[in-house]
Amino acid sequence: MVAMSVTTDAPLHGAATPAVKIVAQGVDVFYGDKLALNHVDITINNHEVTAFIGPSGCGKSTFLRCFNRTNDTIPSCRVSGSVTIDGQDIYAPSIDVARLRTRVGMVFQKPNPFPKSIYENVAYGPRIHGMASSRTALDEIVESSLYRAGLWDEVKDRLSQSGTGISGGQQQRLCIARAIAINPEVILMDEPCSALDPIATAKIEELIDDLRSQYSIVIVTHNMQQAARVSQRTAFFHLGKLVEFGDTEQVYTNPAEQRTQDYITGRFG
Amino acid sequence: MNGEHTVHAYDDELRQLTDTVLQMGGMVERQIGDTVAAMMERDSERLGRIIETDDSIDEFELAVERQVTKMLALRQPMAVDLRSVIGALRVASDLERMGDLAKNIAKRGIALSQAREIPSAWMIPNMAEKVRAMVGQVLDAYVDQDLEGAERVWRNDQDVDEMYNGLFRQLLTYMMEDARNITPCTHMLFAAKNLERIGDHATNIAEMINYRLTGDHRFGDRPKADTTATFVACAPVELDGTLE
Amino acid sequence: MAQGGDQIETLGQEVRVTFKLDERRLRHRHAAETRFRFYGLLGIALAVLALGVLLVTIVAKGHTAFFQSRVVVDVFFDPALIDPEASGDPKILAKGNYGAIAKRSLSALFPEVSGRRDKRALTRLLSDGAARELRGMVITNPGLIGSSQTRSLLVSDDVDMLRKGHISRDIPETQRALSDKQLAWLDALAEEGRLKSSFALGFFTSGDSREPELAGIGSATMGSLWTILTCLLLSVPLGVMTAVYLEEFAARNRWTDLIEVNINNLAAVPSIVFGLLGLAVFLNVFGMPRSAPLVGGMVLALMTLPTVIIASRAALMSVPPSTRDAALSVGASPMQVVLHHVLPLAMPGIMTGTIIGMARALGETAPLLMIGMVAFIVDVPDGPLDPATALPVQIYIWADSPERGFVEKTSAAIMVLLAFLILMNTSAVLIRQRFEKRW
Repeated sequence: MVAMSVTTDAPLHGAATPAVKIVAQGVDVFYGDKLALNHVDITINNHEVTAFIGPSGCGKSTFLRCFNRTNDTIPSCRVSGSVTIDGQDIYAPSIDVARLRTRVGMVFQKPNPFPKSIYENVAYGPRIHGMASSRTALDEIVESSLYRAGLWDEVKDRLSQSGTGISGGQQQRLCIARAIAINPEVILMDEPCSALDPIATAKIEELIDDLRSQYSIVIVTHNMQQAARVSQRTAFFHLGKLVEFGDTEQVYTNPAEQRTQDYITGRFG
Repeated sequence: MNGEHTVHAYDDELRQLTDTVLQMGGMVERQIGDTVAAMMERDSERLGRIIETDDSIDEFELAVERQVTKMLALRQPMAVDLRSVIGALRVASDLERMGDLAKNIAKRGIALSQAREIPSAWMIPNMAEKVRAMVGQVLDAYVDQDLEGAERVWRNDQDVDEMYNGLFRQLLTYMMEDARNITPCTHMLFAAKNLERIGDHATNIAEMINYRLTGDHRFGDRPKADTTATFVACAPVELDGTLE
Repeated sequence: MAQGGDQIETLGQEVRVTFKLDERRLRHRHAAETRFRFYGLLGIALAVLALGVLLVTIVAKGHTAFFQSRVVVDVFFDPALIDPEASGDPKILAKGNYGAIAKRSLSALFPEVSGRRDKRALTRLLSDGAARELRGMVITNPGLIGSSQTRSLLVSDDVDMLRKGHISRDIPETQRALSDKQLAWLDALAEEGRLKSSFALGFFTSGDSREPELAGIGSATMGSLWTILTCLLLSVPLGVMTAVYLEEFAARNRWTDLIEVNINNLAAVPSIVFGLLGLAVFLNVFGMPRSAPLVGGMVLALMTLPTVIIASRAALMSVPPSTRDAALSVGASPMQVVLHHVLPLAMPGIMTGTIIGMARALGETAPLLMIGMVAFIVDVPDGPLDPATALPVQIYIWADSPERGFVEKTSAAIMVLLAFLILMNTSAVLIRQRFEKRW
């Protein structure tokens, strides 16, 4: 039984009721015979940051990967239940997975820019999807993506430099720029700051706040303070089950479930 | 109810915070009892010592503030821990006010010891005992995390308010009877008001206990039985010969 | 840690003993390390020594093959012997009696030589190739007909061997290749300064021959080249595509495990087995031409394929999965991920594996023997279907020949083969270094 907390009276940043973006119902994920996620129901809202927290091995990263079907690359992994984005079932046989991934982008824990130039890193996606009709159009996409990722000023003079030759924080922002270059609707982030120092982390958190107005963001994090700072809704997972899902403020000041409280106050273990 | 933190030092610090608050509360409880007893015995020396003791209570409040600040910065408490810590700060603040009020009663006591005795001032010790008991109960509820006990204290304040109402009317009567009673009665009135305020602060502490345990700030609408603000005494004395 | 001066003194004796014990252990350890290092250096020294001995022996024996003896004579291009009717027809020119022209140019230097036997002995000082050289000169430049030119002609292998010191004058004449009279003529020529050594271009351009002085590695080199080319074109695309499929697309189940085990085993199969396979299938069943580099290349491709597959798979596996994840997350299809990201990063490893595989194939003899590339090939092959031989096979054939002249040629051919192998392996190392820097 999932505890749902009451939405606060104040509407979220001025909008009326936020539109629902992703709906997961009864999602089970198996690795071979082992059940990794047990009957998870969740709703991700548009233009919001939703955080997934929980101890190691609780299934939060696995669940995140369900949204862009990255679990497909793991041979023993089986997903059942329904996951819909804007009402469209993404596990339907007619869905082209590559196109799905242009709508749902992903940023990984360890920054992984391509071993190509900074320009190529950002331009690769738009190029293979035919999003730019000319070189100038491609240049524009690259510039605007780097600008929105807060990286343009730092790299505009060295676009031909290798993407792996910049600092860790810059690499992660490059990966974010790469993800937004293909104009997704949802951005998934799997512990994006865990490999970064506090200053780089702060810059990425600021970026996430900025991006919120255009995309829906789902972030998995071990750092509870980060989840508290960055998200509007928080979901707590434990042993493959969704234990609590509610407004971040509520979850961190007065969670409904004892297990949630034990986890966030450090009484687990 | 809640298990131990994985980091034991965290639990130790929370315990230490509670201990500090309890020490402060115990001191305040004693002050209340002592000050009314001394007032009734007209013992100015004892009252003077009580006034000095209030400094220690203020120092306790500073200690609690320091501990709370440190815990907020270093532990980033969440949920129940956060409410505990903030609650401790509020409780310490209430206790400090209670201490000040007890000090004021002591000051009134010194003044009273130099004025005439009022016969039926027995109501004040009764009220004081009730208030002291309330403070003791609420501190017990704080330690035991007893929600029901806290709610009882919250309701019992109504009785204190009633007692105050009665005392108010009685003192007014005394003052109207004999003009020489005005000075002592006025002092007693203020003393009684201070006691009533102590009771209100005790209910604040009860509400903090509720907040810590449930996250709600209020038990409900507090039944305020104190009508003295709007009470007008009917004067039996003729104003200009005519009886109204 | 001692706390006071007094305590150190009382402890003094014990501390000193402890230090001594530790020192002894330390000395032992140092000694062991020094010994170990010495063994290592010794091993390396032995290996280098062995290699050195090998190279020195081969070079010592073979370096003389790059120079050939020639005799400088005046050649009269007698039109009567070449083109009596002065037709200018190349076919007639080609059929001219150049042997007589050569014979006459030498005998002109020794007019006193008479008698058929002596004359024949004199002629035998020249190589048969001399006549061919003259033919070549006339065909390229018919204007030579009727003129007298000074040319250097190839001498026979016996003369060449004498000049290089491989034939001793001390042994009795009956056991010698050259008679006393021949020696006298040669000395006379030498006195006149008519005997010289020139660079043996023919070693690189001619095909095999019965005569050592005419034999060259031309056909063997071309044969090897065609063979390696065929091998490359067959094994690399197939091997890389197989590796890509097995690594990136195939499911991990018992069948793929079985395939992997088999590929690993095939890499260790003796190469002659592949030769037998080639003989049985390519030659007997498909009836492909014997001794053709095409067939040789196909057999070597079979042999190299497992190596290429294994090296390519290792290179593909070494590409970090984070690159694939990143490419997939941007919406690339699995094919795009492989072509745009994985293969370019795996290319250094694949190329290194390929070059090493090719280097091995270049040195293989046994399978080629089985499919008949051990033939005596005179003409340099033009294409992969012409009969040819390979360098290692050529070395094998020459090593078997009795003529003295082939000894140096064998070693020289080995030098050429080694040079190719060193070149290929060096380029493998350089390519890997260069590409690894960029990654």
